[in-house]
Parts: sequence; structure tokens; C-alpha cells
Amino acid sequence: MKCDSLVSINDFSKEDIMDLLEKARSFEENPNRKVLDGKVIATLFFEPSTRTRLSFETAVNRLGGRIIGFSDAATSSSSKGESLKDTIIMVSNYVDLIIMRHHLEGAARYASEVSSVPIINAGDGANQHPTQTMLDLYSIYKTQGTLENLNITMVGDLKYGRTVHSLLQAMSHFNPTFHFVAPDELKMPQEYKIFCEEHNIPYYEHSDFSEEVINQTDILYMTRVQRERFTDLMEYERVKDVYILRNSMLAGSKPNLRVLHPLPRVNEIAYDVDDNPKAYYFQQAKNGLYARQAIICKLLGIDVE
Amino acid sequence: MSIIKKELAVAALENGTVIDRIPSEQLFKVVSMLSLNTIPNSITIGNNLHSGKLGKKGIIKVADYFFRDEEINKIALIAPDATINVIRDYKVVEKYNVTLHDTLCGIVRCSNPKCISNNEPMSTVFHVTNRQPLELTCRYCTRTIKGNKIEIIQ
Ligand SMILES: [Zn+2]
Repeated sequence: MKCDSLVSINDFSKEDIMDLLEKARSFEENPNRKVLDGKVIATLFFEPSTRTRLSFETAVNRLGGRIIGFSDAATSSSSKGESLKDTIIMVSNYVDLIIMRHHLEGAARYASEVSSVPIINAGDGANQHPTQTMLDLYSIYKTQGTLENLNITMVGDLKYGRTVHSLLQAMSHFNPTFHFVAPDELKMPQEYKIFCEEHNIPYYEHSDFSEEVINQTDILYMTRVQRERFTDLMEYERVKDVYILRNSMLAGSKPNLRVLHPLPRVNEIAYDVDDNPKAYYFQQAKNGLYARQAIICKLLGIDVE
Repeated sequence: MSIIKKELAVAALENGTVIDRIPSEQLFKVVSMLSLNTIPNSITIGNNLHSGKLGKKGIIKVADYFFRDEEINKIALIAPDATINVIRDYKVVEKYNVTLHDTLCGIVRCSNPKCISNNEPMSTVFHVTNRQPLELTCRYCTRTIKGNKIEIIQ
């Protein structure tokens, strides 16, 4: 590992990722272990996110650690104007590890520079959310048996969706083929296409969400198409129903296909997909618990069998 | 005739530093970037001087002052062709082109209003991710800024 904090998924090498996937698998077999006995961990949520916080706090609790922290900035000293630096230095005096979420981009990187204990970035604005990426990777690994040579289709908001950008970068170690399905206004940004070219990763862009694309896919990664992302609301009205997955569209898909979504969903996956065994988004969220347990132990240097 | 004029325009220096080949339109930006207004030494500034390559150039002479590397190299952001002449006893004892370091601390402002560096009392840090054309990447929010969009912190 490049540093002892996890700020960006790029802080992990391919070997780190493989090691974490094995650890996550082991935690899934037995998530209740007292390896954090005597440790205190802070969850500092300057920006509220109940879903992510509960996942982290469950991970710590099942490992026997104790938690201090706050769930939104209004109850923290930053509401009195204290700088992030001062808050992080103060808290790092008390705890063994800090898990933080912040609305400003780069907040976690800066915190990792001033903290005396490791930092886990639980989301910094539109920038990075590496534990989401780890749970995505674990979900892919678990359902496909490998991360190598997969055909991955990303659908929806590929412009602002930080989860798809991080997943794209993390998958670059594993020889993937990408299909990007998005409306014109929300296409995959140029920098990530250049990234693919530099890494010899084939990618194909589509504005139609067709069964032809779905049928060659191993992983179908759905994202929300949000109204507020559009400058042209006519365009939104035109495309909002184009990127919806319905159960009938999966009829000719590969048996190993799985549908992933970072959640919460709005309407981009029809409810009739939920009962299809290829729908994997709820298990995916559960996998976050094991992926986070693995990351916490890795950063604290705790070996698990 | 023109040679004599040039010599008159910028007086000879016994000891100090001559910053030459500054594009005319950047001259006063370089002056402020180097905070020359805070140096008590005698300073001669010439602008719109004839230059073969640049057309018109600016030149700065600072007597009895020798810049540190990290102090002077940052001007490469706005005057990439500038040369530094170190003068001792009326002779040029050292001459070099400015070169940008791989990392720039506290020099450039991040263009992302949601970047932590614009919201905390802290120094910005940029990595030079491309030199030709110039491209900087914020260490914190990872936003990339192209050469013509670079904003210098005054
Ligand atoms: Zn920035």
C-alpha cells in the first residue's frame, strides 16, 4: 500500500485488492470476531449518510470495537467554525482509526496528512468513495468467481457517477471490456476514456440501452439518472425512461449475468427485476459489511485467517 | 546604435540576479509573484525591450540578491522561457532556464470551489501531470487545470 490511509481506490495495488477480497470472503464466513477488542474507532460524518454510517458501525461492532463520533456536522464542533484540521488532530488523539465523510472534495486526503492515525474515506463530495468500490469488486468477484476478463456494462449517469469512475479505475488491473450506455449529456468523461486507451482497455459507447448489449454482459452496473444533472429539461424528459431496466430485457442474458446498483434506486430498475435471481443489488449492499471489515483490519494491521 | 541603447536601458550589475527573457505582458505578474515589492534592494525593471525571439521582452535586475530555487522556478508557470543570470563582480557566473518542479506548493489556486483547499486555512498542492501543454492536478480534489486557466495565489 502506498500509504496507511484509504483515501482513493488508487491507494490499493492489485495485490492489495486481491488480499482484501480474500479477507472479505473470510469475514462473510464469520463476521463476528473480537479482533478489535480494546480499539476505539471514530465515525466522523460531517455530511450525513445513514446507509454508509450504519454499514461501517455494524462492521466495527461485529468485530468488537467501540465507536465515538457524530452523524452530521450540526452536532460537531465544525458548526462552531473549527477547522477540519483541528477536529482531525483532536480526534486522532483519542482513537485508533478515523472513518470520515465530508461534502468537500479532497477532505479525506487532507485529513490523512494531519492525522496521526489511519483515515478511511467514506465519501468526499463528488470525489472518491473507495469502500463502495471495494464492495462492488467483492460483489463481482463473488458472483463471477474472478475479476479477470469480464464484460462490464455501465448504464445511466456516467458523467457525475463517482462510483462508476472508481470502479472503472479499479477494474483496469483485470483486463475488462467496458460498454458505456448513457444519454449524450451524461456520457463517460473524456479523461476516463483516455484512461482506458492508456491501459489498452476496449470500450464501446451506446446511447441505446438495448438487449444486444445486455446479452453479452457479465456485470450490468446500473446508476441513477437524476433530473438535476440536466441543463436541458426537455432532454431529461426525453431520456428518463430510456435507461430503465425491466425484467423482460434480461430474457436472453448470460446465465452468470448479475445486476448491480450502488443504491438507493429511484426508478431505473423496475420492481419486477427484484425477483429475478440475476438481481444482485441487495446482496451487494450486504457485501459492504464484509468489505469494510476487511479494510478496517488491513489498515490497522490486524491479520485475519 | 541599438546595442548601446539596450545597455543604457538596463544598468550593469555588480552582484545580483538578472531575470531575462520574460514575455512583456507577464513582466509585472512576475514582479508580484516574486514579491519584489518587499525586497529593500535596488531593482531595475525594463519592459518592451527588443528581443529577437520574443519580439518584446521584459527584464528584471535585482542587486545583491540571489533567489532560492523554489523561489524562482515558479515563474516558469507564466514565463517558461525566462533565463536566470547570476552575476558576481560584473560577470555572469551562472546561467540557467527556469524549470517547474514536479510539485507546486502554495502557488496555484484550485479552480474547484468545492475543493477542501479553498475552504480550509491550508496550502494548495499541485502535481505537474503534463508539461507540454502544461497541466496541473490538485493533490486534494484531483481536478486538472490546463495552462491557460492557471490562477496564481498572490
Ligand atoms: Zn482542488
